[in-house]
Amino acid sequence: MLMKRTGCYRVAAVMVLGMLACHTNTRPPVSDWPSHFGFGKTATSRQIDSLNISIAPDGKGLPSGSGNALSGKAIYLAKCAACHGETGAEPTANRLVAPMGDTTRVKTIGNYWPYATTVYDYIRRAMPFNAPGSLTNEEVYSLTAFLLYRNEVIDSTLSLNAVNLPKIVMPAKKYYVDDDRRGGNEVR
Amino acid sequence: MTLDDKENAGKKIPRRTMLRAAAVSAAAALMGASGVQRGGQPAGGGTGKVPGVDKGTLPDANDSTQLYTDPTKITGTLPGKLGTRSPFEQPVKKPSDISSRTPLQDLYGIITPSDLHFERSHAGVPRIDPEKYELLIHGMVERPMVFSLRDLKRFPAVSRIAFIECSGNFRTGKETMTPQEICGLTSQSEWIGVMLSTLFREVGVHPKATWFLAEGSDAAVMTRSIPVEKGWKDAMIAYGQNGEAIRPEQGYPARLFLPGWEGNTNVKWIRRIELSDQPFMTREETSKYTETIRDHKIRQFSFDMDARSIITYPSFPQQVEKGWIEIRGIAWSGRGKIDRVEISTDAGKHWQKAVLQEPVLDKAHTYFRHLWYWDGKPTEIMSLAVDDTGYRQPTMKQLIQARGTDMGGYHVNPVTAWVLKGDGTVLFKPEKWK
Repeated sequence: MLMKRTGCYRVAAVMVLGMLACHTNTRPPVSDWPSHFGFGKTATSRQIDSLNISIAPDGKGLPSGSGNALSGKAIYLAKCAACHGETGAEPTANRLVAPMGDTTRVKTIGNYWPYATTVYDYIRRAMPFNAPGSLTNEEVYSLTAFLLYRNEVIDSTLSLNAVNLPKIVMPAKKYYVDDDRRGGNEVR
Repeated sequence: MTLDDKENAGKKIPRRTMLRAAAVSAAAALMGASGVQRGGQPAGGGTGKVPGVDKGTLPDANDSTQLYTDPTKITGTLPGKLGTRSPFEQPVKKPSDISSRTPLQDLYGIITPSDLHFERSHAGVPRIDPEKYELLIHGMVERPMVFSLRDLKRFPAVSRIAFIECSGNFRTGKETMTPQEICGLTSQSEWIGVMLSTLFREVGVHPKATWFLAEGSDAAVMTRSIPVEKGWKDAMIAYGQNGEAIRPEQGYPARLFLPGWEGNTNVKWIRRIELSDQPFMTREETSKYTETIRDHKIRQFSFDMDARSIITYPSFPQQVEKGWIEIRGIAWSGRGKIDRVEISTDAGKHWQKAVLQEPVLDKAHTYFRHLWYWDGKPTEIMSLAVDDTGYRQPTMKQLIQARGTDMGGYHVNPVTAWVLKGDGTVLFKPEKWK
């Protein structure tokens, strides 16, 4: 088991217990319901592959390819800087760069994002804003490397790929805790 | 209005002809035929527009040329294909670049008219052809499957009245703020669809699956990880809203609906559900919908919306008079039913229970009323919701005590006070936060 992600696994453990507690959910709510209605079609692996772009924090789903901060900088200037600023540290509405310890109070990749895989996943699915989904996998690795470098998380020469990206420990990860609000007469 | 109608306006024309004409034209022509003149122009004015009926025009309440004549002396608008609001009622959402807020102060009861439901999107509202729509469910399942909209509608359907609230639903800072501006990112509908548990059974969710990813087909391809437990419990794939197909702004043709959970998890335009044994740590559940609390900690997966209430009358910018006032508003909790709403009319010194208007539903906006005689002296009125878990809506001070002054902007649900001035002016009481 990948027990390294203690934060999320604590939640997962609770959920497993919850699942066991109400396993009856798998039975139909009405006794005369069929076990299956037979509506819908079996998904082909081609259909699944054409849509499945998710990336898990353990790196599952990361494509082949690689990129570093130098190649990322050129792509960034051409496709990202118009909204996020020339260096990413400008006070834009979506500022990306401020290393942990920087005095800025704005949330950035360097001081707030807990997983490096999220940077890759989000850029690939949603950026650039005016042409979402248009970047190649190599370009996304390069941009991820550039942004992690600018946030002082990785070295400028590191070539990111599916193996080393999920191993990066983000500076803010240690601050994350699961929701402890539970209702009742207590404010949390 | 057509050219013919314009020529006919002011002339006697056969009644039969007019009845055949579109309702809009008929009404205008009749007004012309009856010799009503407004501003020296035939009825309908020089623009040929009928207030509130012509597309894209609404009357200006201050425009005396649009004054109304005795409605018993003019045949009214004939039955039409779509209803319209009275031209004298103009509730509107308040849009920004990323969201648009419900005018809570203009609403009656607990259902939000669908066109006034708040909006929040991350890359705009997509246009989706229902014939091409598909929902893929895969990952840790026995049978990965694709469901068309038609398929989804064939399953046993359910209906539920409940609210959806954005977890970033608190604004403050100045006295001249309306309920819409303070907390207009909450709305309520009757949602119709298929229970996700029904689809989970259909695909055979693996017993070791603990999370699922919900993904939208908007340009942000927005994703959230949801505990499978919620999927079995009360999650719905909704395709209906208030008696019609769900609106594009609310996720047409289908959305995830998670009663009581923060708005962002109710993924709109849903195209894919992937069962997994871990959360995906998407951008929205890490860098966005998380909040700083004490000791630099960052709270994650804070799904439940805590109990809250807001007085919508009297509120800014309304004006009140000395005498009897029925204080009205809504209360809601993402954890259950509203147990009671307490009202103070003396700035929090004394509290009385408001009357809850039925229906009082689970995880739903609940209407409350409290009749009060105002002696005209300046005071503050406020409401405090208590839900059936015993949770009491906190004050801003209590929230800051619990979370620290660095508390993030999500899940902020403080008791909201309105200041009544001696002249009947009602102002929001903004409280310092940071």
